Formats: sequence, C-alpha cells, structure tokens
Amino acid sequence: MGIMIKEKEIVVPGEDLATGMDYLPSYGTFREGEKIIAGKLGLVSIDGRLIRVIPLSGKYMPKVGDTIIGKISDVTINGWRVDINSAYSAMLSMKDGTSEFIARGSDLTKYYSFGDYIVTKIINVTTQNLVDLTMKAPGLRKLGEGRIIHVNTYKVPRIIGKQGSMITMIKDATGSRITVGQNGVVWIQGEPENEMIAEEAIRKIESESHTSGLTDRIKEFLEKKKQRSDEK
Amino acid sequence: MKNEKKAHLLRFLERNKRFDGRKLDEFRKIEVQTGISRNAEGSALVKFGETMIMAGVKMSVEKPYPDTPEEGNLMVGAELSPIASPEFESGPPGAEAVELARVIDRGIRESKAIDTKQLCLEKGEKVWNTAIDLVTINASGNLIDAGALAALAAIKDTKLPKYEDKQIDYKKRTDKQLPIKKLPIAVTVYKVGPYMIVDPDAEEEEVAETRLTVTSSEGKISALQKGNEYPLTIEEVEKMITIGLEKAKELQKHIR
Repeated sequence: MGIMIKEKEIVVPGEDLATGMDYLPSYGTFREGEKIIAGKLGLVSIDGRLIRVIPLSGKYMPKVGDTIIGKISDVTINGWRVDINSAYSAMLSMKDGTSEFIARGSDLTKYYSFGDYIVTKIINVTTQNLVDLTMKAPGLRKLGEGRIIHVNTYKVPRIIGKQGSMITMIKDATGSRITVGQNGVVWIQGEPENEMIAEEAIRKIESESHTSGLTDRIKEFLEKKKQRSDEK
Repeated sequence: MKNEKKAHLLRFLERNKRFDGRKLDEFRKIEVQTGISRNAEGSALVKFGETMIMAGVKMSVEKPYPDTPEEGNLMVGAELSPIASPEFESGPPGAEAVELARVIDRGIRESKAIDTKQLCLEKGEKVWNTAIDLVTINASGNLIDAGALAALAAIKDTKLPKYEDKQIDYKKRTDKQLPIKKLPIAVTVYKVGPYMIVDPDAEEEEVAETRLTVTSSEGKISALQKGNEYPLTIEEVEKMITIGLEKAKELQKHIR
C-alpha cells in the first residue's frame, strides 16, 4: 500500500504511482479506483500528499496567470486572435488590448497587426479551453525587431532559473534583452553576435536541463564564448 | 512585422552575418542522396539545411513533338505539397510551383544537359520521354537551387528500363544511363537592402526584395530568372551573376 515510486523517477502513461487514499493526484496523473496512475511521460514529483508528473515534452497548456509570447494571427471586429504556440488559440479583446480609446469602426491593425509578436498574460481559461488575454499589466507590450525562438515548454522553468538567476546571467553576459514566455516562445534582441550566443546558451539549457550543475556549466560556456569574441 | 524583420536582418548583414551565423555567401549544409525510390528510374533527395526536396525521373516511350521528330521529350513538374509549409495549399499548381518547374526545366533544356538526339528510337514515331517530378518535403527557403540540384542528381541516377518489341518492361532495368553532357547548376542570389545573399532560409526569403537565379554549367550561363517586383541595376545583375557562377562550382561538388 501507499507510494510505489520514488521522487524524480521516470514514468510512462498507465504506470501505477500509488494506491490508497493517502495520496492525491495532481498534474499529469489521475485516480482510478484505489490507484493513482500516470497520465503523461515524465518525472515524478512528490510534494507532501500530492503526486505530480512533470512531462518531458509536449505542447503548451494555457494556464491562468501565465505571461506568454503570442503572435497575432487574425484581426476580428472586436479584437485580435493570437497564436499562443498551443493547441488552442487565444483571444485578446479590444478592451483588454489597449488602454487607449478606440473609436467605432477604426482600424485595429494600428495597434497590433498580423504577424506581430506580443508579450501578454492569460486572464481566463474556460473548461473548453477558450483563452482570454490581456495587455494591461506591467511589462506587457508589443515586441519589436528581434529573434523569436521556440523551446520546449516544460524546460522554461530551467531557462528562467531560480528567481530568474539563469536568464539574468545570460542577459548580463550577452547584453541582450530577453523575454521568455511560459509557452516556450523566447524573444531575444541584442548585438548580432551576442544574440547568437544567447540563443546557443538557451539551446544548451534546453538539451541539458535534466543534468545537475547546469548553472555553472552555462556560466563557463558564456565566459568561453565571450573570450572568443573578445579575441576577434 | 515584415519591416521589423528586415531591419533586424540588415543589422546582421552589416556585420557580414546571417541569423544562423553564416556568412552572406555561405550555403547551409547540403546533403544529396540518390536512388531513394524503387519505382522511379532515377531519384534523389536533396537537403539544404532544413529545406528538403525530392526528385523522381520516369521514363516512357512516346511520340515526339512535330517540330523535333528526332529528339526525346523532356518534362519537368513540381508540386509544393501542403506538408512542406503552412503557406502551401493542395490543389492545382500555383504560380510558385509553375515557376519552380519552369526555371529548372529551362536550366536543363537550354544547357542541353541531356543529349535528346540519342533518345530517339524511331524517327517521328517513338522517342524516350523523360519526366522529372519534384516534390517538396519541407520548404525552408531556396527551393529553386535545391530543386535544380535534386533534378540533376535524379537524371544522373537514371537507368533506362528495358525496351523490346515496342514495349517497356519497367521490371527489368538496363545499365544504360541518360546521355548527360552538362551539369547545369542553379544558384539563386537574393538581394536584401544593398546586400547579396545566397541560400536564404524561410525568414530571409520572406524579407528579400528580389532574386536572380543563375543557371550555369562550367561557367557558361544557360538560364536566368528574376523574381519579385523590385528592380535591379545592370551593375547589380553583373554582381549577382558573378556570385552565381562562383557558387555553382561549390554546388557541383555534390553531384557525382
């Protein structure tokens, strides 16, 4: 009875995680009768009575409160449709899009147009996965020129690091402006060489996220890269 | 958004760099694989970085065209399949697909790469028909150059089927190859702002103002094709041709 797996163990969908009512199913797991079963391929995380499975990969699932980077895919009569790198598209309504007064019948592409990237926040997700966005919070804006890269959604916490330690390190080392969306979209703007180093560093984190001592290795990597570009 | 992307690219090109760190006149990693299809008489798969295009050659015996009774026929067709890009739709070929096929066709035809006279079986009655078909697997820029290279690799790979008593036996293949005299290589030079680049990826292709495809074999130009609505000066055209001829030498190494 009780728990059948260890912390950080890799499980596959359908694997039994625990039996009995001592534990509670959380993200990536479900209860069937007495058992708690894994619903995703990933690493187990036990937090008190809660059992979670952190997936190794997969599409982004919209969550209320997430700050994400989206791309305007359509301009409608009452707002903008946004591609949020998920199976579900999101809606940014006119009233949440800007604090400016928008006259009736005015051209909405003036604010955000097709293909524009925006940093936005999810304010509501219905049970049907209809997603509502807002631009009314600090730091939310339209993104200008820069490179957009897509990373694995579940590696985003590692890219940001504890209290943003990892991303701050990359920003400082490369002197670039970086915004990481929870949906796995990253925007980088800086000097051409530095932009490429930043992208490389993020790709390195993505591929080595499961290993320990990552922060030190990234630090080393950045220093080495910097030295090389100084020599040039 | 397009203007911002262009400004961003120009900032890179100023430093003689591209988004992926390449130099302005540097190609992505090129891979050429031949003999990928069992049923085609010749086939090839060409990769330019993420761009992937497949070419197949089908040989058949048909009546020659009335104006060339002693020459074999050549046909090039291209399909931009929807799996290759979100921009492509299924259905009859659009302007882009037709252009791709025509530019490649012209390169092979006008350089006289295939000695069509040798493909005549019976004057005015029976000649070999060479049909080259191109299918895009992934479109990530520079389809013309990749397509031309794939078509060339495929015709080089072609082995004629057995032809006896006015019948083709596709199951039996002979050792006879197509009579290939020249290797026409297409190099498309793109212009972004004042800069000339080759082998753009999808993003760079999107913001490029204009392009010129230079098809040449051993330094001899056999076809030119300009794309997009922006104009070019004579000096620019000359510069593009020089780059095109230079780069063709590099690409030719991938054809064995």
